Amino acid sequence: MLATERESLRHEIAELAEKFEHKRDGMMPMLETIQEKYRCVSDFAMQEVARQLGVFPTEVYGVVSFYSFLSTEPKGKFVIRLCRTLSCDFAGKREVARQLENELGIRFGETTKDRLFSLEYCNCLGMCDNGPALLVNNDVYTRVHPELVSDILEKYRRMFGPASQLEEMEAHHA
Amino acid sequence: MPEKKHPNKVAVTSAVPTSEKPHVVTGGKPGDIGGLVSVKIDDIELKVPFGTTILEAAKTAGIRIPTLCYHEDLCLAGVCRICVVEVAKQRTLQTSCTFPITEPITVTTTSQRVRQARRHVLDLLLAKHYGECYSCFRNNNCELQALAKEYGVDFFRFGHVEKPKYEVDRSSYSVVRDMNKCVLCRRCVRTCIDLQSVGVLTAAQRSDRTRIETFLDRPLADVICINCGQCINRCPTGALRAKDPSDEIWAAIDDPKKHVVMQTAPSPRAAIGEEFGLEPGTSVTQEMNTAIRRAGFDMVFDTNTTADLTILEEGTELLHRLYKALVQGEKGILPQFTSCSPGWVKFIEHFYPEFLPCLSTCKSPQQMFGALIKTYYAQKQGIDPADIVSVSLMPCSAKKFEANRPEMHASGYKDVDYGLTTREMAQMIKEAGIDLTRLPKSHFDLPFGDASGAGLIFGATGGVMEAAIRTVVEVVTGLKAEQVFSDANVIPVRGFEGIKYMEIAIPQLGPVPALFNSLIKKGKLGATWDWLKGATLKIAVAHGTANARKLMDDIKAGGKFSQCHFIEVMACPGGCLGGGGQPIPTSPSIRAARAKAIYGEDMGLALRKSHENPHVIKLYEEFLTDGPCGEQSHKYLHTHYTPRGDYLV
Amino acid sequence: MANVVHIMERYEPGSGLKKALSQSRQDVIRTVRESGIKGRGGAGFPTAVKWNLCAVVQSEKKFIVCNADEGEPGTFKDRLLLAERTDALFDGITIGGYAIGAKLGIIYLRAEYTYMRPGLEAKLAERRTSGLLGTSILGSGCNFDIEVRMGAGAYVCGEETALIQSLEGNRGEPRNRPPYPVNTGLVGAPTSVNNVETLIACAHILAKGPEWFRKFGTEASTGTKLLSISGDCKKPGVYEVPWGISLADVIDLCGGEGAKAVQVGGASGRTVPAAQFRRKLGFEDLATGGSIIIIGPERDLLDVAENFLDFFVEESCGQCTPCREGNPKLLEGVQLLKHGKCSIGYLRELQGLGRTMQAASKCGLGQSSANAFLDITEHFRSEILGRVSERGQGSGAREQGRAS
Repeated sequence: MLATERESLRHEIAELAEKFEHKRDGMMPMLETIQEKYRCVSDFAMQEVARQLGVFPTEVYGVVSFYSFLSTEPKGKFVIRLCRTLSCDFAGKREVARQLENELGIRFGETTKDRLFSLEYCNCLGMCDNGPALLVNNDVYTRVHPELVSDILEKYRRMFGPASQLEEMEAHHA
Repeated sequence: MPEKKHPNKVAVTSAVPTSEKPHVVTGGKPGDIGGLVSVKIDDIELKVPFGTTILEAAKTAGIRIPTLCYHEDLCLAGVCRICVVEVAKQRTLQTSCTFPITEPITVTTTSQRVRQARRHVLDLLLAKHYGECYSCFRNNNCELQALAKEYGVDFFRFGHVEKPKYEVDRSSYSVVRDMNKCVLCRRCVRTCIDLQSVGVLTAAQRSDRTRIETFLDRPLADVICINCGQCINRCPTGALRAKDPSDEIWAAIDDPKKHVVMQTAPSPRAAIGEEFGLEPGTSVTQEMNTAIRRAGFDMVFDTNTTADLTILEEGTELLHRLYKALVQGEKGILPQFTSCSPGWVKFIEHFYPEFLPCLSTCKSPQQMFGALIKTYYAQKQGIDPADIVSVSLMPCSAKKFEANRPEMHASGYKDVDYGLTTREMAQMIKEAGIDLTRLPKSHFDLPFGDASGAGLIFGATGGVMEAAIRTVVEVVTGLKAEQVFSDANVIPVRGFEGIKYMEIAIPQLGPVPALFNSLIKKGKLGATWDWLKGATLKIAVAHGTANARKLMDDIKAGGKFSQCHFIEVMACPGGCLGGGGQPIPTSPSIRAARAKAIYGEDMGLALRKSHENPHVIKLYEEFLTDGPCGEQSHKYLHTHYTPRGDYLV
Repeated sequence: MANVVHIMERYEPGSGLKKALSQSRQDVIRTVRESGIKGRGGAGFPTAVKWNLCAVVQSEKKFIVCNADEGEPGTFKDRLLLAERTDALFDGITIGGYAIGAKLGIIYLRAEYTYMRPGLEAKLAERRTSGLLGTSILGSGCNFDIEVRMGAGAYVCGEETALIQSLEGNRGEPRNRPPYPVNTGLVGAPTSVNNVETLIACAHILAKGPEWFRKFGTEASTGTKLLSISGDCKKPGVYEVPWGISLADVIDLCGGEGAKAVQVGGASGRTVPAAQFRRKLGFEDLATGGSIIIIGPERDLLDVAENFLDFFVEESCGQCTPCREGNPKLLEGVQLLKHGKCSIGYLRELQGLGRTMQAASKCGLGQSSANAFLDITEHFRSEILGRVSERGQGSGAREQGRAS
């Protein structure tokens, strides 16, 4: 991370903390905001949050590592979460899972090299009557079948054109 | 940006919500609060104070309930589930350690369901525990092992770990972490956060991946650990231990060219007996001396000698700082903090680096000793310091780190080669086939024996302060300490209250002793004590770094303690006698017994004031010739610190 | 379709709230008590008792928390309610807040429902402008507001003390009780945590009276229940039924004929075999938070058990021994069964372990995670024993990749 980026993140976290009056119960919304923007809560961010809330960095780490929507390592731009619950299983989740792995060339729990997609299982999405269901960030897809998988992925790939992909890769290497 | 708040001040720490601290119970019938509640445990009826836990009540009724995550020193967790009992009208089993009795209840501590549950909990823990008992330092002193025996575990019902899964973290000079043996009781986490306010450890991840980790699971040497070892003392298994140098020490003993000397701190002698089955509080100083010699050490010295030396140096430093502050108007040098406790030193380097100018520049007694052994002693004995192996017997794991500080080379060599804990010494003694309890007594070797009782009480919280008061009062007032304090016992600084405070009005002024002549010559001290006329010395004592944090935050906020002149801080609860290298287990009553032994031995000594120690006086005549805080002493006995901060990059 | 009712559909916004504010707090609680309503999350604790315990504690600060962490596998009625019954929900929260004396209500919304947040926020803003929230709501002199707070992906946070831990910025690890949240809840203040459906029902009860509510259901289980029905049936969806309905009737409703079992109450619920389809839903027999998964005749019940245990292994907070270490052992056991490698003796050990988990775990998650395993190994012995390994479908390996 660049020193200037650090400074701006530090500033951002300070502002967030201000909003929550530096109280510990502001921790979750702060972490969620950071995760959403930076796709992870980095070691630096955890220490800043700790400093602002008057807790130990390890405690923040304990919290971040507990919740499945928070991560210490950067997630892909689009996080695909496939519902693993029984009803979706009955409805053909396994086939969708296999197709997702094939299309992306990664296993569940991994992120594509271009940092575009992360693939995960998640707890019941509450779409049991319309399974299999998956989330791409905050978009819900229901009655997904293997055919549909590549269309869904294509949609997000297109949202993220070649130019910006290049940018992304540069950022990654920096 | 706000002041960094101590996490204990926040409503809840991640380890355990404050609502789960013992006795914090609201509700029930208001009339009952503060009153007695009747409870029936296994047909024994008794009345207990409102809010007493079932575990405590059972104990008073003489009923044993097994525990694992519970520890007397810590807030409640209720996670291991070994202490479950039946409570009438409750559908599920309840953990006796957390269940407060707020209304009359009937409890059954043993039933088919309870036995089955406890057995299952043990079976499950054993299935995850890398139980290499023969090679574990907690063999025969392991709570998991003891429970397995108590509950007749006869086979590994749910399997057994054949190979260690995690790499052992040996990065720290002081503490070794072996998560293969961890049972996730979280005592270490609670110790580190609640008792010590250091926060190195946390429960991380979740599910069956839950582990105790440092920040991002980094090696212990790379995170903010003060090496106090309190986690070791509270670990029920061998997951945490001190880094043991005994193999290297044996090698030195076996090497005929090496002159192996031992210095022994005051606390181990009051506790090492516990390793040999003696009751806590049995002082075995002179038997221990014999044992150490028989184990092969060439000399056994008393660290209390350099404790006495510390008092002269640190007391002088205090007078000098007071002079600078009161007469010359210098700011930012008071209160003077003691620097004997290496855990505390690292704590302040990390969390309050801005106060390092207030930290006494005196080395700890261990390091003063180390510097003298390889200089003064080597010259006197005509031994090449390169051939001296200097070992310290300490109640402490942080002393290992301290000995390895790069600045601790005043003699031109590593001043202290190895810091050995009480536990490790006991192990060496056993290994040498020696039964400590049946040994003849013997004295320490000279010139570092016959130290004062003041040096001895360094082992208890408040001890350094009391020793300093005995000396400073006599030096300044010309009175005998006994004239000011009955039997020269400074009672207000004793005991286990977290932070102790005392004011001492200076009743009269005496002549300035000749010892300070060179300081007076340099203008560092006045020729008379007139500038102290009518002064009141304000002092405070804290033990356990959570208390130290409270104290420091008060000072930062300009509170009462900011007005203090001198503050003693010991990193470990109870002071050194509760150190991270002391025999396991530890509890308030064990620490109290050790303190009693130390104060008892002090009372029995003829010499009870540091400045009367003839060997120290001789040292100033022969070696540190320009007196306390002179150039010689600065070269060998004083040090500097590193502002470390609390940020990890 | 005689069993389907729609009593909780039509609701005049503000109607229940207006009635509530015109009464004393005690009267509101009395009304709720008279309705006999019990918590809709599954545990079935009487709502009026909870509110009253909270109301009687003297405290500057109190909270009412709406548990919208709908994570029980197979439950989706809250998703629907949060999208379509927001008026009644917010009324319900406000009524509850008024009854216990809270100034702030918090909706704890699961991270998986983040997409619903803007809608809820918009509705809250609307209510503030129309005087249904904020200072002196409806001119009553009462101040009350509602905040939406997000979960971050942890099933266990549906447990009320874990939810509170999460709100306080901690790991979602359930607390010891006592003390109970009604006494010592969010930041130490008395806190009532109520299910979405419960709060909506309370708004209806206030609007229409307790007698109206009692007309539905049974003596011990008054009112109606929303069921989230999924699995092997023709018409999955959310159904509102009166308590006391039999499983056979539920199967009829959704077109699940031929089912060999019904999973009642989600992964933490009970696996009811066909022979017991006469059993009725209600606190007298089969209490449920509303998840109904129809298990068709072709399904392998060991797959079902594996799916659930895999879930519980992952979602255990990792705090207490029976749950953290017990669930993986049960999962291994299911895999052994699948491969025909589990002795009857070991199965018995695992069943004993399951009962220990029920009795000795710290919270509802661990206390219920063995339910399906115990039911399946009890009721379907001929199906699960003596397999040859080829029949074991699926990889048998735990699904990796969550919370990496």
